[in-house]
Amino acid sequence: MPSALINVPAKAKRGSVIEIKTLMSHIMETGYRHTASGDAVPRDIITSFTCRFNGTEIFRADLYPAIAANPFITFFTTVNESGKFEFEWIGDKGFSETAQASITVE
Amino acid sequence: MRIAACIALLTAMAGAALATEIPRSERRSGYGFMSADTKAMQDEDTANPGMLFVLDGEALWTRKAGTADKACADCHNDARVSMKGVAAHYPAFEKALGRPVDLEGRINLCRTNHQHASPFAYESRELLALTAYVAQQSRGMPIAAGDDPELAPFVEKGHALFTQRQGQLNLGCANCHDDNWDKKLAGSAITQGQPTGYPLYRLEWQSLGSLQRRLRACITGIRAQAYDYGSPELVALELYLMSRARGMPIETPAVRP
Repeated sequence: MPSALINVPAKAKRGSVIEIKTLMSHIMETGYRHTASGDAVPRDIITSFTCRFNGTEIFRADLYPAIAANPFITFFTTVNESGKFEFEWIGDKGFSETAQASITVE
Repeated sequence: MRIAACIALLTAMAGAALATEIPRSERRSGYGFMSADTKAMQDEDTANPGMLFVLDGEALWTRKAGTADKACADCHNDARVSMKGVAAHYPAFEKALGRPVDLEGRINLCRTNHQHASPFAYESRELLALTAYVAQQSRGMPIAAGDDPELAPFVEKGHALFTQRQGQLNLGCANCHDDNWDKKLAGSAITQGQPTGYPLYRLEWQSLGSLQRRLRACITGIRAQAYDYGSPELVALELYLMSRARGMPIETPAVRP
Protein backbone atom coordinates (compact mmCIF):
# COMPACT_ATOMS: atom_id res chain seq x y z
CA MET A 1 0.00 0.00 0.00
CA PRO A 2 2.30 2.79 -1.21
CA SER A 3 1.47 6.31 -0.17
CA ALA A 4 3.04 9.67 -0.96
CA LEU A 5 3.29 12.95 0.92
CA ILE A 6 3.63 16.09 -1.20
CA ASN A 7 4.35 19.61 0.03
CA VAL A 8 3.72 22.29 -2.60
CA PRO A 9 2.70 25.83 -1.56
CA ALA A 10 -0.94 26.49 -2.45
CA LYS A 11 -0.13 30.01 -3.64
CA ALA A 12 2.98 31.82 -4.94
CA LYS A 13 3.91 35.17 -6.45
CA ARG A 14 4.63 35.16 -10.21
CA GLY A 15 8.29 34.32 -10.87
CA SER A 16 9.11 33.50 -7.26
CA VAL A 17 11.25 30.52 -6.23
CA ILE A 18 9.28 27.79 -4.47
CA GLU A 19 10.39 24.61 -2.72
CA ILE A 20 8.71 21.29 -3.47
CA LYS A 21 9.05 18.37 -1.07
CA THR A 22 8.05 14.79 -1.83
CA LEU A 23 8.11 11.66 0.30
CA MET A 24 7.27 8.24 -1.18
CA SER A 25 6.90 5.04 0.82
CA HIS A 26 9.22 2.34 -0.52
CA ILE A 27 11.52 -0.23 1.09
CA MET A 28 14.48 0.48 -1.28
CA GLU A 29 15.94 -3.02 -0.95
CA THR A 30 19.51 -2.76 -2.26
CA GLY A 31 19.90 -6.22 -3.82
CA TYR A 32 23.18 -6.66 -1.94
CA ARG A 33 21.74 -8.34 1.16
CA HIS A 34 21.28 -12.03 1.87
CA THR A 35 18.80 -13.91 4.02
CA ALA A 36 19.91 -16.06 6.97
CA SER A 37 19.88 -19.09 4.63
CA GLY A 38 22.21 -17.38 2.15
CA ASP A 39 19.75 -16.50 -0.61
CA ALA A 40 20.20 -13.08 -2.23
CA VAL A 41 17.36 -10.64 -1.52
CA PRO A 42 16.41 -9.32 -4.98
CA ARG A 43 16.83 -5.63 -5.65
CA ASP A 44 13.61 -3.63 -5.22
CA ILE A 45 14.18 0.11 -5.54
CA ILE A 46 12.65 3.17 -7.15
CA THR A 47 14.77 3.90 -10.22
CA SER A 48 13.28 7.13 -11.50
CA PHE A 49 11.44 10.19 -10.21
CA THR A 50 9.94 12.81 -12.52
CA CYS A 51 8.06 16.05 -11.93
CA ARG A 52 6.06 17.76 -14.69
CA PHE A 53 4.43 21.18 -14.53
CA ASN A 54 1.48 21.62 -16.91
CA GLY A 55 2.85 18.73 -18.97
CA THR A 56 6.46 19.97 -19.22
CA GLU A 57 9.17 18.08 -17.39
CA ILE A 58 10.89 20.37 -14.86
CA PHE A 59 12.79 17.90 -12.67
CA ARG A 60 14.07 14.34 -12.98
CA ALA A 61 16.19 12.14 -10.74
CA ASP A 62 17.65 8.66 -11.14
CA LEU A 63 17.78 6.65 -7.93
CA TYR A 64 20.32 3.96 -7.00
CA PRO A 65 20.65 1.26 -4.31
CA ALA A 66 22.47 3.49 -1.80
CA ILE A 67 19.37 5.65 -1.28
CA ALA A 68 17.52 5.08 2.00
CA ALA A 69 14.01 3.70 2.35
CA ASN A 70 11.09 6.10 1.80
CA PRO A 71 13.02 8.53 -0.48
CA PHE A 72 12.55 12.19 0.44
CA ILE A 73 13.22 14.34 -2.65
CA THR A 74 13.07 18.12 -2.48
CA PHE A 75 13.91 20.67 -5.15
CA PHE A 76 13.32 24.31 -6.10
CA THR A 77 11.61 25.76 -9.14
CA THR A 78 10.06 29.01 -10.34
CA VAL A 79 6.44 29.39 -11.39
CA ASN A 80 5.03 31.92 -13.87
CA GLU A 81 1.48 30.60 -14.20
CA SER A 82 -1.09 28.68 -12.21
CA GLY A 83 -1.16 24.98 -12.88
CA LYS A 84 -0.65 21.43 -11.85
CA PHE A 85 2.46 19.52 -10.77
CA GLU A 86 2.45 15.83 -11.64
CA PHE A 87 4.86 13.50 -9.86
CA GLU A 88 5.81 10.03 -11.02
CA TRP A 89 7.89 7.32 -9.34
CA ILE A 90 8.95 4.25 -11.35
CA GLY A 91 10.88 1.28 -10.00
CA ASP A 92 11.63 -2.44 -9.91
CA LYS A 93 8.93 -5.11 -9.90
CA GLY A 94 6.62 -2.87 -11.94
CA PHE A 95 6.44 -0.16 -9.28
CA SER A 96 4.64 2.89 -10.66
CA GLU A 97 2.99 5.61 -8.56
CA THR A 98 1.74 9.09 -9.35
CA ALA A 99 0.60 12.10 -7.35
CA GLN A 100 -0.36 15.64 -8.18
CA ALA A 101 -0.67 19.08 -6.58
CA SER A 102 -2.02 22.41 -7.81
CA ILE A 103 -0.62 25.89 -7.33
CA THR A 104 -2.24 29.32 -7.82
CA VAL A 105 0.10 32.04 -9.09
CA GLU A 106 -0.86 35.62 -8.28
CA MET B 1 37.21 -6.71 59.35
CA ARG B 2 38.60 -4.10 56.99
CA ILE B 3 37.44 -6.18 53.98
CA ALA B 4 33.96 -6.44 55.46
CA ALA B 5 33.86 -2.64 55.86
CA CYS B 6 34.95 -2.20 52.22
CA ILE B 7 32.22 -4.56 51.01
CA ALA B 8 29.62 -2.72 53.10
CA LEU B 9 30.78 0.62 51.64
CA LEU B 10 30.73 -0.70 48.06
CA THR B 11 27.27 -2.16 48.55
CA ALA B 12 26.05 1.17 49.88
CA MET B 13 27.55 2.99 46.87
CA ALA B 14 25.96 0.56 44.42
CA GLY B 15 22.63 1.09 46.16
CA ALA B 16 23.03 4.87 45.97
CA ALA B 17 23.92 4.73 42.26
CA LEU B 18 20.73 2.83 41.48
CA ALA B 19 18.55 5.13 43.53
CA THR B 20 19.15 8.20 41.35
CA GLU B 21 15.90 8.57 39.47
CA ILE B 22 15.71 11.53 37.10
CA PRO B 23 14.10 14.59 38.79
CA ARG B 24 10.89 15.71 37.11
CA SER B 25 12.38 19.05 36.06
CA GLU B 26 15.28 17.34 34.24
CA ARG B 27 13.24 14.88 32.18
CA ARG B 28 13.93 15.18 28.44
CA SER B 29 12.43 13.41 25.47
CA GLY B 30 14.85 11.80 23.01
CA TYR B 31 13.83 14.69 20.72
CA GLY B 32 15.92 17.05 22.88
CA PHE B 33 19.09 15.06 22.12
CA MET B 34 18.67 15.17 18.32
CA SER B 35 20.36 17.33 15.67
CA ALA B 36 18.45 20.26 14.14
CA ASP B 37 18.04 18.31 10.88
CA THR B 38 16.42 15.31 12.55
CA LYS B 39 14.18 17.59 14.62
CA ALA B 40 13.04 19.31 11.40
CA MET B 41 12.23 15.90 9.91
CA GLN B 42 9.96 15.05 12.85
CA ASP B 43 8.36 18.49 13.04
CA GLU B 44 7.07 18.66 9.47
CA ASP B 45 4.36 16.15 8.61
CA THR B 46 5.28 16.05 4.91
CA ALA B 47 8.94 15.30 5.76
CA ASN B 48 8.26 12.79 8.56
CA PRO B 49 8.37 9.26 7.10
CA GLY B 50 6.34 8.04 10.09
CA MET B 51 3.37 9.85 8.54
CA LEU B 52 3.42 7.35 5.65
CA PHE B 53 2.51 4.67 8.20
CA VAL B 54 -0.15 6.92 9.74
CA LEU B 55 -1.72 7.25 6.26
CA ASP B 56 -1.72 3.45 5.92
CA GLY B 57 -3.26 3.16 9.40
CA GLU B 58 -6.01 5.58 8.43
CA ALA B 59 -6.86 3.35 5.45
CA LEU B 60 -6.79 0.20 7.62
CA TRP B 61 -9.11 1.84 10.18
CA THR B 62 -12.02 1.70 7.72
CA ARG B 63 -11.14 -1.63 6.06
CA LYS B 64 -13.45 -4.54 7.00
CA ALA B 65 -11.68 -7.64 8.32
CA GLY B 66 -12.37 -11.08 9.75
CA THR B 67 -15.45 -13.30 9.73
CA ALA B 68 -17.38 -10.58 11.59
CA ASP B 69 -16.76 -8.37 8.51
CA LYS B 70 -16.30 -5.31 10.70
CA ALA B 71 -13.81 -2.45 10.44
CA CYS B 72 -12.38 -0.55 13.43
CA ALA B 73 -14.56 2.37 12.33
CA ASP B 74 -17.77 0.29 12.58
CA CYS B 75 -17.48 0.29 16.40
CA HIS B 76 -15.15 3.22 17.14
CA ASN B 77 -16.40 5.59 14.40
CA ASP B 78 -14.06 8.52 13.75
CA ALA B 79 -10.65 7.79 15.29
CA ARG B 80 -9.90 11.52 15.48
CA VAL B 81 -12.64 11.71 18.15
CA SER B 82 -12.83 8.23 19.70
CA MET B 83 -9.08 7.60 19.93
CA LYS B 84 -8.11 11.04 21.21
CA GLY B 85 -6.00 10.58 24.35
CA VAL B 86 -6.31 6.77 24.33
CA ALA B 87 -2.62 6.04 23.68
CA ALA B 88 -1.64 8.24 26.64
CA HIS B 89 -3.20 5.64 28.99
CA TYR B 90 -1.46 2.55 27.58
CA PRO B 91 -0.37 -0.07 28.63
CA ALA B 92 -3.74 -0.48 30.41
CA PHE B 93 -5.14 -3.20 32.68
CA GLU B 94 -7.17 -5.85 30.85
CA LYS B 95 -9.59 -7.45 33.32
CA ALA B 96 -10.27 -10.56 31.22
CA LEU B 97 -6.56 -11.41 31.18
CA GLY B 98 -5.70 -10.09 34.64
CA ARG B 99 -2.65 -8.25 33.28
CA PRO B 100 -1.78 -5.08 31.37
CA VAL B 101 -1.80 -4.97 27.56
CA ASP B 102 -0.05 -2.39 25.40
CA LEU B 103 -1.64 -0.61 22.44
CA GLU B 104 -0.47 -3.26 19.95
CA GLY B 105 -1.90 -5.95 22.24
CA ARG B 106 -5.21 -4.08 22.50
CA ILE B 107 -5.50 -3.79 18.70
CA ASN B 108 -4.85 -7.52 18.32
CA LEU B 109 -7.41 -8.32 21.09
CA CYS B 110 -9.94 -6.25 19.15
CA ARG B 111 -9.08 -8.21 16.00
CA THR B 112 -9.51 -11.64 17.61
CA ASN B 113 -12.49 -10.85 19.89
CA HIS B 114 -14.54 -8.42 17.82
CA GLN B 115 -13.46 -8.75 14.19
CA HIS B 116 -12.89 -12.54 14.49
CA ALA B 117 -9.71 -12.07 12.45
CA SER B 118 -6.20 -13.41 12.96
CA PRO B 119 -3.98 -11.09 15.03
CA PHE B 120 -1.34 -9.08 13.17
CA ALA B 121 2.26 -10.23 13.65
CA TYR B 122 4.43 -8.04 15.87
CA GLU B 123 6.28 -5.40 13.81
CA SER B 124 4.12 -6.13 10.76
CA ARG B 125 3.41 -3.06 8.66
CA GLU B 126 -0.32 -3.36 9.43
CA LEU B 127 0.10 -3.45 13.22
CA LEU B 128 2.63 -0.60 13.21
CA ALA B 129 0.42 1.48 10.89
CA LEU B 130 -2.75 1.03 12.98
CA THR B 131 -0.88 1.65 16.24
CA ALA B 132 0.73 4.78 14.81
CA TYR B 133 -2.65 6.06 13.54
CA VAL B 134 -4.28 5.51 16.96
CA ALA B 135 -1.35 6.96 18.91
CA GLN B 136 -1.10 9.99 16.63
CA GLN B 137 -4.58 11.04 17.83
CA SER B 138 -2.95 11.71 21.24
CA ARG B 139 -0.07 13.78 19.84
CA GLY B 140 0.71 16.65 22.22
CA MET B 141 -1.31 15.18 25.08
CA PRO B 142 0.39 14.32 28.39
CA ILE B 143 1.20 10.66 29.15
CA ALA B 144 -1.10 9.38 31.91
CA ALA B 145 -0.35 5.62 32.05
CA GLY B 146 -0.16 3.59 35.24
CA ASP B 147 -2.80 5.42 37.30
CA ASP B 148 -5.07 2.37 37.63
CA PRO B 149 -4.40 0.86 41.12
CA GLU B 150 -4.64 -2.63 39.62
CA LEU B 151 -1.52 -1.79 37.61
CA ALA B 152 0.62 -1.06 40.70
CA PRO B 153 2.24 -4.54 40.97
CA PHE B 154 3.05 -4.48 37.24
CA VAL B 155 4.62 -1.01 37.43
CA GLU B 156 6.69 -2.33 40.34
CA LYS B 157 7.71 -5.38 38.29
CA GLY B 158 8.71 -3.12 35.39
CA HIS B 159 10.75 -0.96 37.76
CA ALA B 160 12.52 -4.07 39.10
CA LEU B 161 13.34 -5.19 35.54
CA PHE B 162 14.56 -1.66 34.71
CA THR B 163 17.11 -1.73 37.53
CA GLN B 164 18.05 -5.42 37.32
CA ARG B 165 21.55 -6.08 35.98
CA GLN B 166 21.69 -8.83 33.36
CA GLY B 167 23.56 -10.17 30.35
CA GLN B 168 27.27 -10.60 29.66
CA LEU B 169 27.84 -6.89 30.23
CA ASN B 170 25.95 -7.12 33.55
CA LEU B 171 24.04 -3.88 32.99
CA GLY B 172 20.51 -2.80 33.88
CA CYS B 173 18.53 -0.18 31.95
CA ALA B 174 18.98 2.27 34.86
CA ASN B 175 22.79 2.13 34.65
CA CYS B 176 22.61 4.05 31.37
CA HIS B 177 19.22 5.74 31.26
CA ASP B 178 18.96 6.97 34.86
CA ASP B 179 22.64 7.36 35.80
CA ASN B 180 24.41 8.37 32.56
CA TRP B 181 21.81 9.92 30.26
CA ASP B 182 23.77 13.16 29.98
CA LYS B 183 26.81 11.35 28.54
CA LYS B 184 27.60 9.74 25.19
CA LEU B 185 28.18 6.16 24.11
CA ALA B 186 30.34 5.76 20.97
CA GLY B 187 29.45 9.31 19.89
CA SER B 188 25.69 8.90 20.31
CA ALA B 189 23.62 10.46 23.09
CA ILE B 190 22.61 7.85 25.67
CA THR B 191 19.26 9.63 26.37
CA GLN B 192 16.84 8.99 29.21
CA GLY B 193 14.82 6.29 27.45
CA GLN B 194 11.56 8.23 27.58
CA PRO B 195 8.93 6.40 25.48
CA THR B 196 7.20 9.53 24.18
CA GLY B 197 7.02 8.90 20.44
CA TYR B 198 6.26 5.21 19.80
CA PRO B 199 5.78 3.71 17.37
CA LEU B 200 8.54 5.86 15.91
CA TYR B 201 10.57 6.08 12.72
CA ARG B 202 14.17 5.20 13.39
CA LEU B 203 16.59 6.19 10.64
CA GLU B 204 18.80 3.25 11.57
CA TRP B 205 15.86 0.85 11.05
CA GLN B 206 14.65 2.70 7.93
CA SER B 207 11.20 1.90 9.24
CA LEU B 208 8.69 2.50 11.96
CA GLY B 209 9.24 0.32 15.03
CA SER B 210 7.54 -0.38 18.34
CA LEU B 211 8.77 0.26 21.88
CA GLN B 212 9.15 -3.52 22.26
CA ARG B 213 11.52 -3.59 19.29
CA ARG B 214 13.55 -0.79 20.86
CA LEU B 215 13.66 -2.60 24.23
CA ARG B 216 14.72 -5.86 22.58
CA ALA B 217 17.51 -4.04 20.72
CA CYS B 218 18.77 -2.56 24.02
CA ILE B 219 18.61 -5.95 25.78
CA THR B 220 20.55 -7.56 22.93
CA GLY B 221 23.03 -4.67 23.25
CA ILE B 222 23.84 -5.61 26.84
CA ARG B 223 24.25 -9.18 25.55
CA ALA B 224 21.30 -10.62 27.40
CA GLN B 225 18.60 -12.89 26.00
CA ALA B 226 15.81 -10.60 24.75
CA TYR B 227 12.28 -11.28 26.02
CA ASP B 228 9.83 -12.46 23.35
CA TYR B 229 7.50 -9.97 21.64
CA GLY B 230 4.34 -9.67 23.71
CA SER B 231 5.94 -11.23 26.81
CA PRO B 232 4.76 -9.99 30.24
CA GLU B 233 8.28 -8.68 30.93
CA LEU B 234 8.30 -6.35 27.91
CA VAL B 235 4.78 -5.08 28.68
CA ALA B 236 5.82 -4.46 32.32
CA LEU B 237 8.87 -2.50 31.10
CA GLU B 238 6.69 -0.49 28.70
CA LEU B 239 4.28 0.24 31.57
CA TYR B 240 7.04 1.33 33.93
CA LEU B 241 8.60 3.57 31.24
CA MET B 242 5.25 5.19 30.46
CA SER B 243 4.51 5.83 34.15
CA ARG B 244 8.08 7.20 34.53
CA ALA B 245 7.30 9.63 31.67
CA ARG B 246 3.96 10.69 33.16
CA GLY B 247 3.04 14.22 32.01
CA MET B 248 5.44 14.34 29.06
CA PRO B 249 3.71 15.04 25.71
CA ILE B 250 3.19 12.23 23.17
CA GLU B 251 5.08 12.80 19.89
CA THR B 252 3.87 9.86 17.76
CA PRO B 253 5.08 9.37 15.08
CA ALA B 254 8.48 10.57 16.33
CA VAL B 255 11.73 10.38 14.35
CA ARG B 256 14.95 9.17 15.97
CA PRO B 257 18.46 8.70 14.57
